[in-house]
Amino acid sequence: MIQPFLPDVSELVCQVFKRNFTVFRRTWMVSMSFNFVEPLLYLAAMGVGLGSYVRPMEGLPYLNFIAPGLTVTSAMFAAAYECTYGSFIRMEFQKIYNAIIATPASADDVVLGDMLWGGFKSLLYGTVILLVILALGLVRSPWALLTPPVFLLAGITFAAMSMVWVGLVPSIDSFNYFFSLVVTPLFLLSGVFFPVDDLAPAMRAAAWLSPLYHSVRVARGMINGSVGTYILADILWLAVLALLLVPLALYLMRRLLIK
Amino acid sequence: MDNVIEVHNLVKKYNGFTAVAGINFQVRRGECFGILGPNGAGKSSTVKMIYCFSPVTAGEITVLGMDVLSRPREIKARMGVVAQENNLDPDLTALQNLVSYAGFYRISSAEARERALELLGVFGLEEWSNHKVDDLSGGMKRKLTIARGLINRPEVLILDEPTTGLDPQARHVVWQQLNSLRERGVTLLLTTHYLDEAQHLCDRLIIMHRGTIVEEGAPGKLVERHIGAEVVEVVKGAGAATEIVASSKDFIKGHLVVGDNLYLYPLDGRELVRLLGQLGVGRLYLRPATLEDVFLKLTGRGLVEE
Ligand SMILES: Nc1ncnc2c1ncn2[C@@H]1O[C@H](COP(=O)(O)OP(=O)(O)OP(=O)(O)O)[C@@H](O)[C@H]1O
Ligand SMILES: [Mg+2]
Repeated sequence: MIQPFLPDVSELVCQVFKRNFTVFRRTWMVSMSFNFVEPLLYLAAMGVGLGSYVRPMEGLPYLNFIAPGLTVTSAMFAAAYECTYGSFIRMEFQKIYNAIIATPASADDVVLGDMLWGGFKSLLYGTVILLVILALGLVRSPWALLTPPVFLLAGITFAAMSMVWVGLVPSIDSFNYFFSLVVTPLFLLSGVFFPVDDLAPAMRAAAWLSPLYHSVRVARGMINGSVGTYILADILWLAVLALLLVPLALYLMRRLLIK
Repeated sequence: MDNVIEVHNLVKKYNGFTAVAGINFQVRRGECFGILGPNGAGKSSTVKMIYCFSPVTAGEITVLGMDVLSRPREIKARMGVVAQENNLDPDLTALQNLVSYAGFYRISSAEARERALELLGVFGLEEWSNHKVDDLSGGMKRKLTIARGLINRPEVLILDEPTTGLDPQARHVVWQQLNSLRERGVTLLLTTHYLDEAQHLCDRLIIMHRGTIVEEGAPGKLVERHIGAEVVEVVKGAGAATEIVASSKDFIKGHLVVGDNLYLYPLDGRELVRLLGQLGVGRLYLRPATLEDVFLKLTGRGLVEE
């Protein structure tokens, strides 16, 4: 008898990833061009517009302060969309999960494959914005070359977070709430636009729990060349979150898929 | 090994609701085995447990000698599945659907492509290989789903209502394919609520009703056992059923009222028709008995035995 809480995972995870990649290869132009418009708008409106009224933050000109956060934000939104709307449509409307579970793949293979795919999209969308800010002269250190793996790790955490939501509230209408109650607050309060030290103590503690907060710290340190051992602590925290959320997501989704 | 699938005291419950209530049957190697039953009988629940999709609540299933609970991946590797719902991948083309699916059976891409093209040919879908699934008609989608179920060259193919929603011509094409698969030695397990389909394809079948097996055997034998050779159908005879049955009781083995119609199971059809003619009974037909009559008798209401 299979233990219901333990994940049952095989290398067929890669086939799920490959399936998503096959689809993406045909549609990437359309799906990607939408996504880097938004960070560019933030850079223009907040960085340039608002930035001219704002004093430097943590010793950085405002544009340089927010640019790294926008790379990670882009990564977060990519995984969050992919593993709510994207995964739910594949599961519920297209019945793709069911079709794959009838092959030697398990439900866990399918869901993990979709979460890794979400992580990959974070890597991609984060890197695209990194290239954009590089072109704008906002990357100050070669440490920035190490941010893509951070996008991937953060992306897997965001993907798992999204999948946990799908597992708990499997309805397409609920995803609005996920974005307005979880993703947007993270976006606004995780130190992308102002240091979390300025928040009330309770909110500061909450921000500390946020995976985005830690990703932003790492990206900002690397892109602006102020790296230190604190970065290792942030990465460790991201890894711990991923290790907690991924099995939880697998468990909740298995409950949904296997009846 | 003789039995490809063995089902023992199988039970399926969904939150306390019993969908399958302790059934037993075996499917032999190389045969076409049917599960027949009305909506909600528990057909899909049964086959989903067999193809290791849905957990068994109680009882036991072995497929190819392996327990479904302990060795699902090995079983699924040697099995093909055509589910009741349409679950082709709408984001992929017909060819990509087969090639992508082959990956889950650990078939190399070159081999997958070769098999996919061959299967598209067998099912007459070559011209559609680069079309998205949504461009295909219902019949073509179903054929593609069956082709996909064969990509791993399975020993057993499970089909949950393979022809529901198809026009008669498309159904016959699917039947031909299934018959030729059986000739090649593939064991088939299919569910259906089409009785002609069961009669046409199945060597043996079970009839399920509300989670239990109400009858089992070869289609021809079942008809013989329950109905006989012929049926006399009295259109709108339900109102006068009592009188008609009373006056023809020496000529019939049984009868059944379904809706407005009265069905009589004659000892000798022509004699009964002559008698009913003398009684002035209106519209009636004499026709060969089919599985449908067995099905109506076993699952329909108004069952009365003489
Ligand atoms: N996931 C589920 N949760 C709760 N009840 C279910 C579930 N799946 C099936 N049932 C119930 O179990 C019973 C048997 O369903 P099943 O799908 O096995 O029937 P079926 O014989 O395949 O019917 P059909 O011909 O309509 O496909 C039905 O009453 C159905 O409502
Ligand atoms: Mg069904």
